[in-house]
Amino acid sequence: MDKDVKQLKVSAIRNGTVVDHIPANNLFKVITILGLDHIDNQITFGTNLESKLLGTKAIVKISDRFFSEEEINRIAIAAPQAKLNIIRNYKVEEKKQVTVPDEFTGIVKCVNPKCITNNDEVKPRFRVISKEEVSLKCHYCEKITDQEHMVFI
Amino acid sequence: MKNKSLISINDFTKEEILRVLDLAGEFEQNPVQSILEGKVVATLFFEPSTRTRLSFESAVNRLGGKIIGFSDSASSSSTKGESLKDTIKTVSNYSDLIVIRHPIEGSARYAGEVAAVPVINAGDGANQHPTQTLLDLYSIRKTQQTLENLNLFIVGDLKYGRTVHSLLMAMAHFNATYHFISPKELRIPQEYKLFLDQHGLKYHEYTDFKDIISDADIIYVTRVQKERFSDPIEYEKTKNAYILKNSMLQGTKGNLRILHPLPRVNEISVDVDDNEKAYYFTQALNGVYTRQAIISLILGL
Repeated sequence: MDKDVKQLKVSAIRNGTVVDHIPANNLFKVITILGLDHIDNQITFGTNLESKLLGTKAIVKISDRFFSEEEINRIAIAAPQAKLNIIRNYKVEEKKQVTVPDEFTGIVKCVNPKCITNNDEVKPRFRVISKEEVSLKCHYCEKITDQEHMVFI
Repeated sequence: MKNKSLISINDFTKEEILRVLDLAGEFEQNPVQSILEGKVVATLFFEPSTRTRLSFESAVNRLGGKIIGFSDSASSSSTKGESLKDTIKTVSNYSDLIVIRHPIEGSARYAGEVAAVPVINAGDGANQHPTQTLLDLYSIRKTQQTLENLNLFIVGDLKYGRTVHSLLMAMAHFNATYHFISPKELRIPQEYKLFLDQHGLKYHEYTDFKDIISDADIIYVTRVQKERFSDPIEYEKTKNAYILKNSMLQGTKGNLRILHPLPRVNEISVDVDDNEKAYYFTQALNGVYTRQAIISLILGL
């Protein structure tokens, strides 16, 4: 019964991708990272839902859109515990867990105000030095940006 | 190493570091050679650093190369609003190698990515200054006959001093034991202690610079800068606590040498200069040989 109530909170999709277990306060970061604010597909989302794992969580359902491994892993920076369900004909066809990438470009601002990426038209680029509590080392200035200081672009 | 840029000391492996030092030793024996004839080296100094620039230019001149460039950004197009990328792309056309000094951190790495020729980082803000580290290593090996298993004492501003951070990382190849001496405001940052832990290296921290240097092989002194202190009273209290005086060198080891990246203000008292353990002026001369070695290896000569 409980499960059915949850289902109703964010209506089911026929084909597409469900991203679940997003920390509620990072929902809009995930939307930015996946570029959902620039696509025409139908998107439904719910936030501040109860979650045993996260306290409050958000969920996003995107119709007729399937993401590449690389795209999926980018959201790991903001939602390391996110789970993806690939839906075909209302059925969960596949479940995926995100993995934090070793390196990536963009997504986050370097914490160092004296870094070239904050002073010139240079895209931030990072090496991930810790994957549990995500922590990033700038490819350019070599300073470390931790979770607490992460600003998503 | 041919055509490889030198941006961070971590760009070179232990073997590459040793190759630079070996070749620097050959240049010390025979510093005037015309192997750079017909080559043009650009020295782009977006902030002034007379000492580093002259050292590079001396190295190039002694090898018969030509220099183009500027010594501060006021005399470059960046004052007209030109981006770093455009400056580097343009200068790439005019030169075989670019030496860059820039106040913005990461600018040298970026320059290396957009340049068609190799780039040497001559200091990017508080980040890296790898040729300084290589000349420090050369000076240490020359005075100790080895780089392995040394007792390295580092004094002064350990928080912001980029020469300290690069030296610390480079010496990790050689199983050094580290002794960090600084006011508590300028302690070695946590990330470097983690780095040493990961490499299984021993280190000790002190706030008091007295009676601890008897087993030192190298004392590396850096300047404690007034602008690093939020509280000027705190600066006045600490500034005299980290001065190396000649009297403190009694009872130290015979092989001990004192290094300093220069410029010095008052952190090594002038009475140390005549002590045979003072090595900082020769260290600066070693910079020319080391840079000769780096330039020739990168140009594949």
